[in-house]
Amino acid sequence: MISARGLRKSFGDFEAVRGIDVEVARGETFGFLGPNGAGKSSTMRMVAAVSPVSGGELRILGMDPAVDGPAIRSRLGVCPQEDTLDNELNVFDNLYVYGRYFGIPRAEVRDRAEQLLEFVQLTEKRRARVEDLSGGMKRRLTIARSLVSSPELLLLDEPTTGLDPQARHVLWEQLYRLKHAGVTLVLTTHYMDEAEQLCDRLVVMDKGRIVAEGSPQQLIREHSTREVAELRFGIGENERIAEKVADVGTRLEVLPDRLLVYSDDGEEVLARVHERGLTPQAVLVRRSTLEDVFLALTGRSLVD
Amino acid sequence: MAGTTRPEGALALGAGDRLTAREGLARQLDYWWTVHRRTWRGGVVSSFVAPLFYVVAMGVLLGGFVDAGPDRLEGATSYLAFVVPGLVAAHVMQVAVGETTYPVMGGIKWQKTYWAQVATPLSVRDVVNGQLAFAVSKVASASAVFLLVLAPFGVFGSWWGPLLAWLGLVLLGAAFAAGVMAFSVRVRNEQSFGLVHRLGVVPLTLFSGAFFPVANLGPVLEWVARATPLWHGVSLTRMLCLDVVDWPLALLHVLVLAAVAAVGWRLAVTGLERRMAV
Repeated sequence: MISARGLRKSFGDFEAVRGIDVEVARGETFGFLGPNGAGKSSTMRMVAAVSPVSGGELRILGMDPAVDGPAIRSRLGVCPQEDTLDNELNVFDNLYVYGRYFGIPRAEVRDRAEQLLEFVQLTEKRRARVEDLSGGMKRRLTIARSLVSSPELLLLDEPTTGLDPQARHVLWEQLYRLKHAGVTLVLTTHYMDEAEQLCDRLVVMDKGRIVAEGSPQQLIREHSTREVAELRFGIGENERIAEKVADVGTRLEVLPDRLLVYSDDGEEVLARVHERGLTPQAVLVRRSTLEDVFLALTGRSLVD
Repeated sequence: MAGTTRPEGALALGAGDRLTAREGLARQLDYWWTVHRRTWRGGVVSSFVAPLFYVVAMGVLLGGFVDAGPDRLEGATSYLAFVVPGLVAAHVMQVAVGETTYPVMGGIKWQKTYWAQVATPLSVRDVVNGQLAFAVSKVASASAVFLLVLAPFGVFGSWWGPLLAWLGLVLLGAAFAAGVMAFSVRVRNEQSFGLVHRLGVVPLTLFSGAFFPVANLGPVLEWVARATPLWHGVSLTRMLCLDVVDWPLALLHVLVLAAVAAVGWRLAVTGLERRMAV
């Protein structure tokens, strides 16, 4: 569906995307995980055939966005990071007007709009003005809008950023259903839980480059341990104690508020820490996540 | 419904295909109809009522003090007949500018409708065409009503003149809409539109021959005035309305306005393409 080789995007002197290789196959859910400014959105806009490629090669559905832009866009659904819903129109008209841009006959657009409102649970709001919707509802409406053309490939740029946990779960459930219906999903996110929940495969991006690629489990296996022990010794204490526990696990990360000790057995780490006469204020043993993968690869957290 | 792929060849475009200009406009009709539905009421006052105030105040009342014959009024038998074509032409310019300043900034920055549109098979060219077609339709309806309302005042020299003049006014509107849109897609904030009004619309309205023959400006300023697109529009409208047509000059007016419209359209498309290539 998507094939990129050495893909680049620059704005003047600034290089947002510095040569990435990506392949996305039909039916899979593919993610770009990375912090803000990693080049995810720039990549998405190039894939959406709205932003010209600065270098390298990009093929979407086998076509070149530089010459086949309208043809590519006629088969894509795009859910942009920033809402581009028309605040002056009501919920239903937003879908209707957008569907007409795709040349879908009027009666058919009306049917599809009704079905999609049902799908994103906005049927009762069909006459409401967009301004009066909550953030979660707006995002669901944007997703409904991106589906009005029955796209083969759906691009979602930070689909749940800024939403409360409940709204995120509603949205994830809807994305699941699309995935099961066979739609190819490509999404960007800086939430590792979102990437883990939804993505079959993902790339971790940092500063315009891809630093790792694989399934969430693969990445965790390759770049982290099975478990992590989080130790809190209180602000200012962590640094000092770090050297005393440097060898209790496979790897140690020192964060301002806590120490992360990586090991395949977290409980054993805790036992060893206690053996050394150290008593943390709080402890937590958990599974490794993509957050830990990112930390291992870049030395920084995903969300600042 | 969601998830099913489109049946082969239904609406998806093939590689290399782009929408024809007509198809691009047709697909935006429903959108622009919603814009029309929510803005036409406000337009009635600014498009029809305000200009009539001008006709009464300047044409009838102020014109009552003007004692000049056809030789000094470019062939008009009264000041009212002289000033009406000028007023309608100036009004056309104002409508065209109004439709291509703030609404264009809105499409880019506030409502972001352009961003939604270019995520679909529509291209920047189609977006520009849609905005300009809407502006021109406003110009066409505003100037048609203006001319119809003034018909009973006996200010027209023939029945066909105002019809041709109306076509000229639509062309004048297209020239200003395209030219101003080329500017609007390049500016970063709306303060620049104040400049368009103070340095563009106001001086053009006052000095492009709408209220007095440009010959009164003195030789240098007269030629400056003759170089402005509004003067070409005023002069074309006036000669057709008064039935004192200088055909070669009329042809020149049409060519100048068509050239401004074409260049403006081109610059609007390239400017918006650059603006949206982020």
